[in-house]
Amino acid sequence: MKRLRLVRRNNESWLVKVAVPILSILLAILVGWIFLVLSGYDAAETYRRMIQGAFGSPYAISETIVKAIPLALTGLAVSVAFRMKLWNIGAEGQLYMGAFAAAGVVMFLGDWPSWLLLSVMLAAGFAAGAIWGLIPGALRAFWNVNETITTLLLNYVAIFWVSYLVFGPWKDPNAMGFPLAPRFPQAAYLPVIPGSRVHIGILVAVAVAVLLYIVMKYTRWGYEVRVTGESPEAARYAGMNVVRNILLVMLVSGGIAGMTGMIEVSGITHRLQQDISASYGYTGIIIAWLARLNPFTVLLVAFLFGALLVGGFGVQTYGIPYAIVLMLQGAVLFFLLAGDIMLKYRLTITRED
Amino acid sequence: MKRVPVVEMIGINKWFPGVKANKNINFRVYPGEIHALLGENGAGKSTLMSILAGLYRPDSGTVKVKGQPLRLRSPRLALQAGIGMIHQHFRLVNNMTVAENVMLGAKGRVRIRTEEIEKRVRDLSEQFGLAVDPHAKVSHLSLGEQQRVEILKMLYRGCDTLILDEPTTVLTPQEVKDLFKTLRLMADQGKAVVLITHKLSEVMEIADYVTVLRRGEVVGSDHIHNLDEQTLTRMMVAREVIFPEFNRSHQLGPTVLAVSDLSVPNDRGRTAVRRANLELHEGEILAIAGVAGNGQRELVEALAGLRPVSAGSIRLQGKEISHLPIRERSEMGLTFIPEDRMGMGLVPNISVVENAMLRVYRYPENRRGLLLDYRTLEAYTYSLVDRYQIAVADIYHPVNYLSGGNLQKLLLGRELDLDPTVLVAAYPVRGLDVAATQAVYDLLLEQRQKGTAIMLVLEDLDDVFRIADRVAVMYNGEIKAVLNVSETDIDSIGALMLGVQ
Repeated sequence: MKRLRLVRRNNESWLVKVAVPILSILLAILVGWIFLVLSGYDAAETYRRMIQGAFGSPYAISETIVKAIPLALTGLAVSVAFRMKLWNIGAEGQLYMGAFAAAGVVMFLGDWPSWLLLSVMLAAGFAAGAIWGLIPGALRAFWNVNETITTLLLNYVAIFWVSYLVFGPWKDPNAMGFPLAPRFPQAAYLPVIPGSRVHIGILVAVAVAVLLYIVMKYTRWGYEVRVTGESPEAARYAGMNVVRNILLVMLVSGGIAGMTGMIEVSGITHRLQQDISASYGYTGIIIAWLARLNPFTVLLVAFLFGALLVGGFGVQTYGIPYAIVLMLQGAVLFFLLAGDIMLKYRLTITRED
Repeated sequence: MKRVPVVEMIGINKWFPGVKANKNINFRVYPGEIHALLGENGAGKSTLMSILAGLYRPDSGTVKVKGQPLRLRSPRLALQAGIGMIHQHFRLVNNMTVAENVMLGAKGRVRIRTEEIEKRVRDLSEQFGLAVDPHAKVSHLSLGEQQRVEILKMLYRGCDTLILDEPTTVLTPQEVKDLFKTLRLMADQGKAVVLITHKLSEVMEIADYVTVLRRGEVVGSDHIHNLDEQTLTRMMVAREVIFPEFNRSHQLGPTVLAVSDLSVPNDRGRTAVRRANLELHEGEILAIAGVAGNGQRELVEALAGLRPVSAGSIRLQGKEISHLPIRERSEMGLTFIPEDRMGMGLVPNISVVENAMLRVYRYPENRRGLLLDYRTLEAYTYSLVDRYQIAVADIYHPVNYLSGGNLQKLLLGRELDLDPTVLVAAYPVRGLDVAATQAVYDLLLEQRQKGTAIMLVLEDLDDVFRIADRVAVMYNGEIKAVLNVSETDIDSIGALMLGVQ
């Protein structure tokens, strides 16, 4: 009798590491192709427009980068926590709190010089996100409350808090009834590459990635985080301060997500409003996993996800319903995640008698 | 007339990644026989029986049940063939009653007749001397009683071959007696019993027939009447057991660690160590002996600082440490080798270097500015690898690739390198082969020579005689006696372990 079995790979060769993701994307395209044809659309044209929408012109590429920035930052934020097996599902809420704090700084210190104002906004964004991460962090560290649930629930609190502000006390009287906070003064705008929307946040994302890489790999604290993530018992045995490390990790993770919120309001929307985030906090989780928590890979994967988002917009103008765009994005995701399993395991045929 | 074996395994081979667990094994069990499967840890006993119980599939070989070749592809199929296995960790549902557990998963009608099942459970318990109340909840039962439920489960399903994996480890001496009575009753009524064990005394007491495994191979198989303990030991370890005599100290050095009136709760908050008094001296090895679960684990964890104490004091060189955190204790020269080598002592999935530096990563000399100095740490790791002869392919490979013996050498080497004043180790040779055991003992004796006070929790009395200067016997959370090893013998320690006054 022959059977198919998944066998764990002992080592991952470079060839496999490159071939599997490429094959995954090709399979996703194939599945999408069949689906598009069955739905009566021109598949080749759809894909052409999708690729063109994401990479076809300098403007397309710049838009892809614009989307990639928050995705990269939230991906980096959660990957810090995931290193220690702390399941921070709350980057979305931490992002909103960061945006709220940055907008608050602008409201009260709006006439400061730009460089100083932006620095304070970034610091406030980090601090607000950090506090939003520290609440579940403290619950977990001191009373062992499951952080997956608390971080998730705090997302709703943060999102509705921002909604409350823009519908209520912070609503701009000149916005003709729209739920928008007042537009920032120019001094609170992040500098951009002229002629595009790509802002200086890209440097922040790269800097955070470099910094995290070094901290995780080469500092005592990064070492403690990795040891604690692999085995909390060993960390305790080695006399590491697990409580302090949980708090610190959630602070850093929440802080990075909070900075993302600041960067989005200061670089893109230029005001506090609803829907600052297109679920960046959640997509960041997937990005962190696909990147195996490696900061540089997070940057790369975030860029691909940005392309997927922007390419999807491009197809909509061609008359393809948004639902189909979502389906295509879903197929790519599905195959990438499935491919991830093939990286860790290989399929073998065994014969038994 | 030739007797037909109830179970026959022919030419069984089983590989695990990197190890051959079973090599061309032939194994036969007859009805009415208690068959002991004897061997050291890692000899392949459990693997072989797991194949019989349908948990593993052999890479090659045949299994015959009552003369018929069968493919036992799942525990369910094995059960249908009448083969049941009782594992070291019970598979019971804690918040269900005994009767519910017994019928769980057994064949039956849609409608469950509770009274019928309870009656059948009661009949079976009487028939085989398995005293247990069918209405009781499993969570309220002692480990011995839970084991009886497991046996009942198998009998209820009509097993005629029962495999027990190290069944006595969790039992009190009285429970062991009861279990053996039950096993004898079962054999008398024509059932076959396979007893997996590494304890010679049990084999001599209960077995009719013995098969000895060593490193995955059958080294002998014979009727118990043709065997004695000496022969069996030789078969298990393949050499005359001559323990190198070492200079037992008759004069005690100064006291380094003093434990007085120490009480320690277990995980459930009950007292596991009761008013223990102990003194550990410079340059001695003190063994803690006892049946597993009599408080040894809690005692050493309390000394290490991994478990809070409820009363009493621990003094390290005169200084009270019972409320100090682990780190301060280790800075004062107390180091601990945990029972759980991979997971507590060593960190899985990270490299050998990163494991070697677990103690010293905080030292300023291993840092350059804010960053860890991997060049120094690398050199440090190589020095450990050399000095303690750890077989490592690449120090940047995850530790998971090391063998059990090398893992223990890495762990022990890392801790000994700190040149501790006091070394406390729980089961330092558990699961190691003969050569690795010897290596570990050599290291410990060498450290003792340097004046370190060493306390070892040991499970094997032979080991006590092989390495310890003194032995403290624990029973039911109390230290029953502290004896000089040279002035005592196995029988007296054994009696103390069983609580005999």
